[in-house]
Amino acid sequence: MTRNAMIDEWYPVGLASQLDAQGRKTALMGEAIEVRLGDDGNAKVTGGGGRALPVCVRYGHVWSSPGNPQKALFAIPEADQPGRRLVDVGVVRVRCSPLRAVENFLDIAHFPFVHTDILGAEPHTEVQNYKVEIREDEDEVWATQVRFYQPQAAKSAEGGITTEYMYRVPAPTCSILYKTCPPRPGEWDVITLFVQPLAEDLCDVWPWMALFDDETPMTDLIHFQQTIFVQDRSILENQIPGLLPLDPGMEIPTRADLTSVAYRRWLKRHGYTYGAQLVAQ
Amino acid sequence: MKLYDYVLSPSCYKARLMAALAGVKLDIRPVDFHPGAEHRGPELMALNPAGSIPILEDGDLVLTESSAMLVYLAAQAAPQWLGNDTAGEAARVQQWLSFSHRLTASLGAARLHEMLLRPGNIDVLLGQGTTALRELEAGLVEQHIRGQRFLALDRPTVADIACFPYVALAPDGGVSLDPYPAIRLWSRAIRGLDGFIEMPGIHRLHELRPEPVPEVGEA
Repeated sequence: MTRNAMIDEWYPVGLASQLDAQGRKTALMGEAIEVRLGDDGNAKVTGGGGRALPVCVRYGHVWSSPGNPQKALFAIPEADQPGRRLVDVGVVRVRCSPLRAVENFLDIAHFPFVHTDILGAEPHTEVQNYKVEIREDEDEVWATQVRFYQPQAAKSAEGGITTEYMYRVPAPTCSILYKTCPPRPGEWDVITLFVQPLAEDLCDVWPWMALFDDETPMTDLIHFQQTIFVQDRSILENQIPGLLPLDPGMEIPTRADLTSVAYRRWLKRHGYTYGAQLVAQ
Repeated sequence: MKLYDYVLSPSCYKARLMAALAGVKLDIRPVDFHPGAEHRGPELMALNPAGSIPILEDGDLVLTESSAMLVYLAAQAAPQWLGNDTAGEAARVQQWLSFSHRLTASLGAARLHEMLLRPGNIDVLLGQGTTALRELEAGLVEQHIRGQRFLALDRPTVADIACFPYVALAPDGGVSLDPYPAIRLWSRAIRGLDGFIEMPGIHRLHELRPEPVPEVGEA
């Protein structure tokens, strides 16, 4: 087996706000790791045999890698904009492929059925046409001009609105969603899904948000996002096959699945196959 | 009535569900249980030394046990849910209310372990959860033989609401409900009640929507 390209990517391994000297035992792609606050006040991550792993602290989380990342963690310029509320949503473990967790995040068609009366509602089930591209310069998957009718798009939304979205995949297990911001037209709310691959069929999901919302209490913002994600969790744990199929012969996508198709193509192109099924079985 | 609430907590959901079914409006006070552990903070520990949620406050009355909340809500607004017309009925309801704690301690703890990474011996919890589910399945089968659709009577009572959430969410902790047909039928009956509300992981019955009417001439 050749070295998997995903070894050299950055992954979230804990909340920066919960770092302590006692440390937290977790895993990264099958390797047991420990995340703790070092004597010098910096985050330390150690892997098997006590080897020191790369570390950075960004977007509310500690990030590490089982390999040697060739570039810095992806940028989210909006995260540094003044006036945003930064929301640590907390970890949720899911018995599914880390790639499946990201793919589900990119899907809009399930909103009326899984997030009923929040992110969607029957009979407004149509996914209108949108644009998808793999941006060569940034080497990222982007979906733009995504529009969907939502009964309660955000905690700050009063009643139903047609919400506009952009989706971005800057790393194999991370996705960023830009979404119409009800209190601040012209700006985008930032909602992310950072996925820590524990094994090919097990992951810890760390949602995080950077929102323009001065009204809603922090706990309500956390609960809104936890509600959405835990509604997805039982669906994710029941997907078949468990690993994300990258063989085009495996499934017949529809036009609403364009983002998923581009994501899978991008994963395959880079050899990002940890949690994927390469040949249809 | 004020409920200290966590949206992912099945015990909090019991109180929300009972209030919705009884038509009681609750004043919800969200608690940052995860990741903030606010339930272990000074404000809530002063209210409930056990450090658990939900907590229900109504004037001077402070309740910290979800079964007591169900009884209080029902007694106030929907006494038929108490199921205490005869000594036998009242005892059956109490039997299942007490039993519901075993579901919390087994299936509930397994769910916290598998979903929110709380400590616990998962194999022991899954074993205890399975034992409790088998007992519940047997109880429901006996009820069917008596011609009754719910746990204690032929109508829903607080006993059903006490047991339903942790059972319905068993798959979150890695316990499948596939081997329990009576439990699945009972779950459908509860989800079909007027005024039923859902929580994350417990989906509403989409299939209760009217069937599409076939066009004339279709096969």
